[in-house]
Amino acid sequence: MLLAILLGFAFSLFLVFTGKFFKGRISILAAGIPLALFVYFAQFIGRISDGEVITQFHSWIPAFGVNLGFTLDGLSLLFSLMITGIGFLVFVYTSAYLKGHKYLDRFYGYLSMFMAAMLGLVLSDNLISLFVFWELTSISSFFLIGFNNTSRKSRKSALIALAITGIGGLSLLVGSIFLGSVTGTYSIAEMLTMNPEIASNPYYILIVALIFGAAFTKSAQFPFHFWLPGAMKAPTPVSTYLHSATMVKAGIYLLMRLTPVLGDHEFWNTTLIIVGAITMVYSAIHTLFRTDLKGILAYSTISALGILVFLIGQGTVDALTAAAVFIIVHALYKATLFLITGIIDYQAGTRDTTVLRGLRKVLFPVAIAGFLAALSSAGIPPTIGFIGKELTYESTFHFGNMAILLTGLIVITKILLLYAGFVAGIKPFTGTLPERFENTKMPSFLMWLPPVILALGCIVFGIFPGLIEGSLVKPMVSSMGLDGKEIHLKLFHGFNVILLLSVITIALGTVLYFTLKPTKKLEAWVAKFEKFSPQTIISNSWAFFFKFSNGWTNLFQNGYLRNYVATIMVFTIALTGYSLFTTANYAVDFNSFSTVTFYEAATSIVMLVAIGYTVFTRSRLAAVASMGIIGYSICILFVIYSAPDLAMTQFSIDTLTVILFVLVLYKLPKYLKLSDYKMRIRDGVLSLAFGTIITLLILEVLAEPVNKEVSDYYAANAYILAHGKNVVNVILVDFRGSDTMIEISVLAIAAIGVFALLKLRLKKSDQR
Amino acid sequence: MEVILAILIGVLYAAGIYMILRRSLVKLILGIIILGNGANLLIFLLGRVVKGSPPIIPADSDVFQSVYADPVPQALILTAIVISFGLQSFAIILVKRAYKVVKTDDLDEMNAIDKDS
Amino acid sequence: MKTIILRTASTYLLPLLLMFSIFILLRGHYSPGGGFVGGLIASIAFVLHSFARGLDNTKELLKIHPGFLMPIGLALAFLAGVTPVLFFDLPFMTGLWYPDHLPVIGSLGSALFFDLGVYLVVVGVTLTIIFTITESA
Repeated sequence: MLLAILLGFAFSLFLVFTGKFFKGRISILAAGIPLALFVYFAQFIGRISDGEVITQFHSWIPAFGVNLGFTLDGLSLLFSLMITGIGFLVFVYTSAYLKGHKYLDRFYGYLSMFMAAMLGLVLSDNLISLFVFWELTSISSFFLIGFNNTSRKSRKSALIALAITGIGGLSLLVGSIFLGSVTGTYSIAEMLTMNPEIASNPYYILIVALIFGAAFTKSAQFPFHFWLPGAMKAPTPVSTYLHSATMVKAGIYLLMRLTPVLGDHEFWNTTLIIVGAITMVYSAIHTLFRTDLKGILAYSTISALGILVFLIGQGTVDALTAAAVFIIVHALYKATLFLITGIIDYQAGTRDTTVLRGLRKVLFPVAIAGFLAALSSAGIPPTIGFIGKELTYESTFHFGNMAILLTGLIVITKILLLYAGFVAGIKPFTGTLPERFENTKMPSFLMWLPPVILALGCIVFGIFPGLIEGSLVKPMVSSMGLDGKEIHLKLFHGFNVILLLSVITIALGTVLYFTLKPTKKLEAWVAKFEKFSPQTIISNSWAFFFKFSNGWTNLFQNGYLRNYVATIMVFTIALTGYSLFTTANYAVDFNSFSTVTFYEAATSIVMLVAIGYTVFTRSRLAAVASMGIIGYSICILFVIYSAPDLAMTQFSIDTLTVILFVLVLYKLPKYLKLSDYKMRIRDGVLSLAFGTIITLLILEVLAEPVNKEVSDYYAANAYILAHGKNVVNVILVDFRGSDTMIEISVLAIAAIGVFALLKLRLKKSDQR
Repeated sequence: MEVILAILIGVLYAAGIYMILRRSLVKLILGIIILGNGANLLIFLLGRVVKGSPPIIPADSDVFQSVYADPVPQALILTAIVISFGLQSFAIILVKRAYKVVKTDDLDEMNAIDKDS
Repeated sequence: MKTIILRTASTYLLPLLLMFSIFILLRGHYSPGGGFVGGLIASIAFVLHSFARGLDNTKELLKIHPGFLMPIGLALAFLAGVTPVLFFDLPFMTGLWYPDHLPVIGSLGSALFFDLGVYLVVVGVTLTIIFTITESA
């Protein structure tokens, strides 16, 4: 399985280097990969449906319990088949859709990277590796949404999608780590038996909230749904693959996968039902006002994801069965609708539902696919959509005391989704063909065959539900920790309330379709409410953060050296001063200090005067000279305190520095009176405060005992090991010789720098 | 005497910071040099100072017989002094060069030049 | 600055100061001194000479550009460090010693060559900086 995942990554990497040579000819080759993987996973169907669970284990970071453990059970099998199956069709479709595109190789690279990441996500048993793959899907989605990288809108949408799903990813990581520390393992398989312990843990709510944060952002649940319509800026194959069939289902997958671990708890169930219900109704209503086909499909996808969350929230066998079936249903019909939208867009040049009409005359096979998909989406027998809808009603209708309310909501959603499906799948093909579309041509079979195959799937599985009942649905439900033996999928359940609800749904939906015509005017009217939408609120708060951090940065990073220094000083003074005054004991023992002799006192006074003169003189030469005096005074101090080497060095360097200054000085401007009086006072107070802090600090340190271990070692071994009696020199050339080596290298670099700066001739244009 | 040295170092630091806070480039460099001197003395003092016993092993013995000044801070400061010479000369030349290019040694004005280009 | 006294004195000061700087370098291992101080004194000697006699004369006296002393010094110091690794299979920078004692220097060892490298680098760096500045001033 690891190989299966790596194959996609390898291919993507391979394309990076070789894509240019294959331009245009790689399509078939590329499509071979998902097909091969599909066949590979399909051969496991038999074993999985017998209840077997296939696992594979590779050690990765054993010290942290992070491993590449893979599990293939009913749940991951269904997702793997979906990823590779729809992936295959999308790859084929793309070869025609983006034929001759400049970056076709890049597109396939991203696409196969995404496919590999997605496979890794659904196969991972380890939460941390799941997180890694989760983030990889977000990143590849970012590249794919922003594929038209010259369009500003595309880039913005890609960024929003990345930000939202990225935040969700972090939430997943934190949640996983919490879960890992509560259970002591990152393996989901090992967590399965710990549900009661996790549920009684005080961190349970927090863990679940974090996991929800991940699932809701990825699966575009309210109020994080808005990135998904934006993501429709991506080329249609991407919308089909990532943003309706697979990636957005990753959140659903996560919830399903963790249902046996975290589920069956009031918080889990209630939150999911409420969020799912809000999402499905809210975005289903949104579909009414859209005129862009892709916009309609985006909102109906969000709504479908809401239904799934809603069903997982119910957590009963019926509900999870319904969810399992609905995933298949949705993948089939939504992918079809997206693909035909792409064809319409590609061939007719518009996605505006208000103008699209009568295309069946020119795009007949596409119209068939659209019709079947719309039927499945509406849940009209004999499509599989009908079975999915019946199961959904069934489980909701029997769900406790809120059943009536919840059933009402789901029926409303389904009515609206029926409308959306009809608008996307039927409306463009019915009616009279306007003149402007008369020249529309059939696309290459590579484009129209995939949606037809998917649409046929809708109807075949509907008529023969047995095909998926035992092979996919049952193992999937049992991998969610429930007994799936009682499941029987069939079209006709007999005359009962559920059938009545179905009839009502279809009737009302059809009426809605024929009475409500989407218009630009309506869309514009609804757009006025945008400012109350979560998207506006979040982007406004983003704008606020940008403004705030801009202001904050400008406050401190204002480009004026003095202000930087002043800021650093103020903070140092405040912090050091605070800890000095709160912790110090002021036990300065004056007796331990040596007495002051005449020489020392005289030197100190000279130095103080020189310092004062350097700071306050108006003459540059005087400043340099008095600075030299400071240096020589220090030199004398070194002599007094038994550091002859230092004294000699200080003396020579001081001489050279003064020479250097004098050489350059008369090339430099005179002092100007640049700062006003107030500024000087401010700086004076600041620097005096800093000097005081330093003095106090020194006195405080001097009161502490000193550790001479290192010095004693050097002193004791200077002659014995290094044959030298001047310990300072021995340290420099022997004990710490490598440091000296680096030091002289630094010196050489400084000299080369000086040489380069002065010998470098300025170009005329650089001179001001 | 240590108290006086501590005060001296404090004054050196204060003077250095004050110079750095001025707008003139030349003062900035003088400030850096003074600050460097202060730092050298600080290291020296914190290694504890001893009078009249340099860290040189007497000619007639292999190890120290009596108290000796700490050689480690001395070795540190020696390299620091030489390195700071390299730093200073580089800074001085940089100032000279900058002055030649932008015709000002006012740090604020340099900033303005930086902004419009 | 080009007084007759200075000019005359510099003729004798240069060799004297240079000898002194080498003396300081050699005794460094036993008494105050060493490569850094020695190098600085040597540089001061040349700078003094250039003040008195003009930069061109000093340069002529030096024959090569002082900048070349930097790589030579670095190479020497590095060689002193790697010799034990290459020939004696000892760790980097291990001190090697000639057994007999010599006057002034004391024990002769790899450390002295290292110090000589430091000396050359310091002379090279200081003179490069000062000469470059003098030329462009």
